[in-house]
Amino acid sequence: MAERLIELRDISKSYGQVYALGGVNLSVDRGEVVGLIGDNGAGKSTLIKILSGVVKPTSGEILVRGKAVTGWSAARSREAGIETVFQDRALAVQQTIVRNIFMGRELTGFLGWIKVNKEIEEASRLMREIGFTSKVFTPQSIVGQLSGGERQGVAIARAIYKQAELIVLDEPTTALSLTETAKVFHFVRQVRASGRSILFIGHNIHHVFDIADRFVVLDRGKVALTTDRSKVNSAEDLINFMEDVAHPGGLAGLHDAGDAEQRAR
Amino acid sequence: MSKTMAPDLHEPSAGIPRPSPQTEWKHPSDHWMRGFILDNRASLGTLGVFIVMMAVFMIANPTVFTTWYLYRSVLTTLPVALFVVVPLVFVVTCGEIDLSFPATMGFASWVFALFVQAGYDPFLGIVAALITGMLLGFLVGSLVVYGGLSSLIATLGMNFLLRGLIQIINEGKSMALTGLSDSWAYKIFSSQVWGIPVQIFWAIAFVVLSAMLYNRHRFGTQVRVVGDNPDSAQQMGIDVKRVRVKVFVFVGIGAAIAGTFSVMINFTWWPTAGDGYLLPVLASVFVGGTPTWGGIGTVVGGAIGAVTVSFIQTGVVAAGLSGFYVQFFNGLIIILSLLGHKWNQARYR
Repeated sequence: MAERLIELRDISKSYGQVYALGGVNLSVDRGEVVGLIGDNGAGKSTLIKILSGVVKPTSGEILVRGKAVTGWSAARSREAGIETVFQDRALAVQQTIVRNIFMGRELTGFLGWIKVNKEIEEASRLMREIGFTSKVFTPQSIVGQLSGGERQGVAIARAIYKQAELIVLDEPTTALSLTETAKVFHFVRQVRASGRSILFIGHNIHHVFDIADRFVVLDRGKVALTTDRSKVNSAEDLINFMEDVAHPGGLAGLHDAGDAEQRAR
Repeated sequence: MSKTMAPDLHEPSAGIPRPSPQTEWKHPSDHWMRGFILDNRASLGTLGVFIVMMAVFMIANPTVFTTWYLYRSVLTTLPVALFVVVPLVFVVTCGEIDLSFPATMGFASWVFALFVQAGYDPFLGIVAALITGMLLGFLVGSLVVYGGLSSLIATLGMNFLLRGLIQIINEGKSMALTGLSDSWAYKIFSSQVWGIPVQIFWAIAFVVLSAMLYNRHRFGTQVRVVGDNPDSAQQMGIDVKRVRVKVFVFVGIGAAIAGTFSVMINFTWWPTAGDGYLLPVLASVFVGGTPTWGGIGTVVGGAIGAVTVSFIQTGVVAAGLSGFYVQFFNGLIIILSLLGHKWNQARYR
């Protein structure tokens, strides 16, 4: 069995009386792509924020390479090799591409002075690596002047710097064009080929189905299903399952409606 | 789901023309000068406003504006403003505002005056003033950041509160510090070199160091990122609250230096020390080209803004207009600068 990279054990999160997560278990092994799916409000985003240290869980345990950690925070999460590409991309749009790539971990030398040339060099290398080159902008271009796909590129470049062990992609294909989406998938395959892991959160079940080795279905703050790709025949199976979970007993006509909704995307 | 709608997920590279990896980065403006102008448009714009204003003054009254005396008087008082304008650029960039610096100036310089009056070496007084400024900055910053208060209102309140404390304890009495003129501290920080007030050299050094801090230091870049998008900064592991408190501490340090310098210029400490700086200093920051919404700003622009603002008063009077025109011209310059910066901004998609 592959090495267990990270494990969330019995994670709960409540906002006052409202439970966002009630006892979720989730683990990611080295070199695997885990697809996390679930409806709106299922708790996907909360779970990701807990994993990336932005939100503190109400209860539960986080284990990194089998060891329980205390004082989990955004900085600790990044130190542990977890990089997150957030749904809103978490970019500072008035800053340069370089500043965004090195946000929170500036390359500094003596007394905290920034190694400007080193940063620019590294940024160009990263952008080239993910096939993100252009004649019209440089590492010192302002992010606010980039298109949606290019901004996603900046967020991804930030995540792959320092050879992160686990890259969390929160709805990475939302609002992207077809070619840009294809680029993201190409990137996911590259990462897996290099032996690193990905946690892929998706709204579009077809996208997730095509890319993941294992699926975790979240429903109303609980894990409804964890299954390997080999055990699922098609994306439709997954959709059917999710509908069964959401509407036990099966409501007539719901399947078609859901399918139509998928097609519309 | 129709397969024609979906991108070909299994063979992502097939049929998709990907840019060749050899394509190199290229700056949109190949010429270094155009790049320089684009990178520094805000401060260059401010410089333009200043040059035009001075040209108008010189045409209005050439004799006064070619005498050194006028410039010497500005160079004596300008440094005091610079020491607070520059840290305020950091605060505004961070998305906050600090209106408590006049009281901090008064408070820190009061501590300095107490040390000097008690017969201690002025250097010790300066150290004490700096510590006072840092502590007050930390107090104000913690109140705003950890108390979760609006910095606009909370710092305004702190300004009144601290000034009130000074007034209550001193009952309006000033302190004359005649012994100061013989001290080493005075020679180093407040005398003249070749007829130039030495304060300006310290102020320029402060501006240069701060500009580097702003552009090329972890502190400055984190201030910009926090002001730009605090949520992202937090998600990327930056301690947003700590960065915010730090900028208030920086203002405290700047205000302490400014207050001490103003006492050394006048040999007297007044309970109102620093009060008159509130509006001109704020105006300088915005005239300098730092926008109100945070994330970006310019230290050098702020410094040029301070020069502009301090020349308005002197200039209007020297140009032969009565003092009644000063406020009008103050307002005119501020509005014109804002319009200029609005037009001069980088445009986003």
